[in-house]
Amino acid sequence: MKRRVVVTGIGLVTPLGTGTDKTWDNLIHGRGGIGPITRFDASGHASQIAAEVKDFSAADWFEKKQVKNLDLFVQYAIAAAELAWKDSGLSVTDENRERIGVITGCGMGGLPTIEEYHQVLMEKGPRKITPFFIPRVIPNMPSGHISMRLGSKGPNLTQTTACAAGTHAVGEAFRHIAYGDCDVAVTGGTESVICPLAVGGFSAMKALSTRNDDPATASRPFDVDRDGFVISEGSGMLILEELETARKRGARIYAEIIGYGQTSDAYHIAAPPEDGEGGARCMAMALRDARVAAESVDYINAHGTSTPLNDRCETLAIKTVFQEHASKLAISSTKSMTGHMLGAAGGIESAFTALTLHTGIIPPTINLHNPAPECDLDYVPLTAREANPEVAISNSFGFGGTNGVVVMKKFSE
Amino acid sequence: MAVEAKMIDIIVEQLSVDKEKVVPAASFVDDLGADSLDLVELIMAMEEEFDVEIPDEEAEKITTVQNAIDFVAKIQE
Repeated sequence: MKRRVVVTGIGLVTPLGTGTDKTWDNLIHGRGGIGPITRFDASGHASQIAAEVKDFSAADWFEKKQVKNLDLFVQYAIAAAELAWKDSGLSVTDENRERIGVITGCGMGGLPTIEEYHQVLMEKGPRKITPFFIPRVIPNMPSGHISMRLGSKGPNLTQTTACAAGTHAVGEAFRHIAYGDCDVAVTGGTESVICPLAVGGFSAMKALSTRNDDPATASRPFDVDRDGFVISEGSGMLILEELETARKRGARIYAEIIGYGQTSDAYHIAAPPEDGEGGARCMAMALRDARVAAESVDYINAHGTSTPLNDRCETLAIKTVFQEHASKLAISSTKSMTGHMLGAAGGIESAFTALTLHTGIIPPTINLHNPAPECDLDYVPLTAREANPEVAISNSFGFGGTNGVVVMKKFSE
Repeated sequence: MAVEAKMIDIIVEQLSVDKEKVVPAASFVDDLGADSLDLVELIMAMEEEFDVEIPDEEAEKITTVQNAIDFVAKIQE
């Protein structure tokens, strides 16, 4: 008998605000966080827009000496984890520290620092590479730092499955607790690569929106005029907890995680198969794991990147899995407001899915004025909806053809 | 004197410690909280600031503020 797992803490650092209240309030009021790139001079780039985290102050979280040796993706992760931890009301003791795991996801690691030190290497030579270069850039450093700051000594892992990394982290954390490897897990995703190499690289793939003259409407999932995703950054962390542990301490429970699916497309480095079959099998696998019928799903937090290909294929995948029920459930892409946070997306969107079940409010897909003909489902366009959903899933699909889906349920005894 | 003042500034900056703590006898590891990676970076900052090259075997001997000042003063003579 697998153990039940619930969400008891949420911490968010997003382009919509630092802190869950700020982000959630903007999200359900349809206020986006996309603007011109300010991190570097993007004038030579095809895409010059991004959703940047604007209100994060490193001094609120770190001593001066720590800051210079922590890349932004690590800083965001630590801050989000500490917000989530505080939100959960848990404390680390000698009795529980070996039962607390940290499993995070991250697509790229410290690419901005790699750029910086590649230049140092070329101009000044190898002797000028800081000893903190490697600890700044490796993608598992968020999990490492979070465990050091909390003093948690359970499993410590990192998923680097591109844009599915956050969801795979949450799914793995769920499984680790269900199978008894730990009782509590800090999990989610983090990313910060708004830098010339990443923007240039995604641009070269024609993956990014070039709606530079109107950033606020650039992320328009499922709309006929969508032209790519908008690069974004931040971190979303959740505290997952074994139900009995949470019950014993009277914890506030946002939602229960009941299923996890993971599949490969075995098709292409970046494109999904035309019928979205890898995503479809992933949703089906997650629902089987959750032991719920497809008809019981009320809400899907879609991968919904705003690329022509994803939104079409994801819609087809949803139709494959849900059949007639596909047109009855609510779907939204919160990336319409947050942009695409890459490896952080699954963490953020798992948190949004839990908050949707907790509050009964489904966030909208903004900028969806003219749904594309091939996108003909209910994407909760423009304004949020009060609907009290009982069961929800969150989809993430990553380059390399990797898919992840988590299933959550409104908590009841 | 110029070397000493500059050296103290570098140490304060690199190790993020209060200036009052950076006394000649202070040990980087025991008194100023540096770990082995901090020491490597500190040596790199000294090389940059004083435009000198400090070989690893020399760097290993620089464990206190006074060691560092003496080393740079000697090399600059």
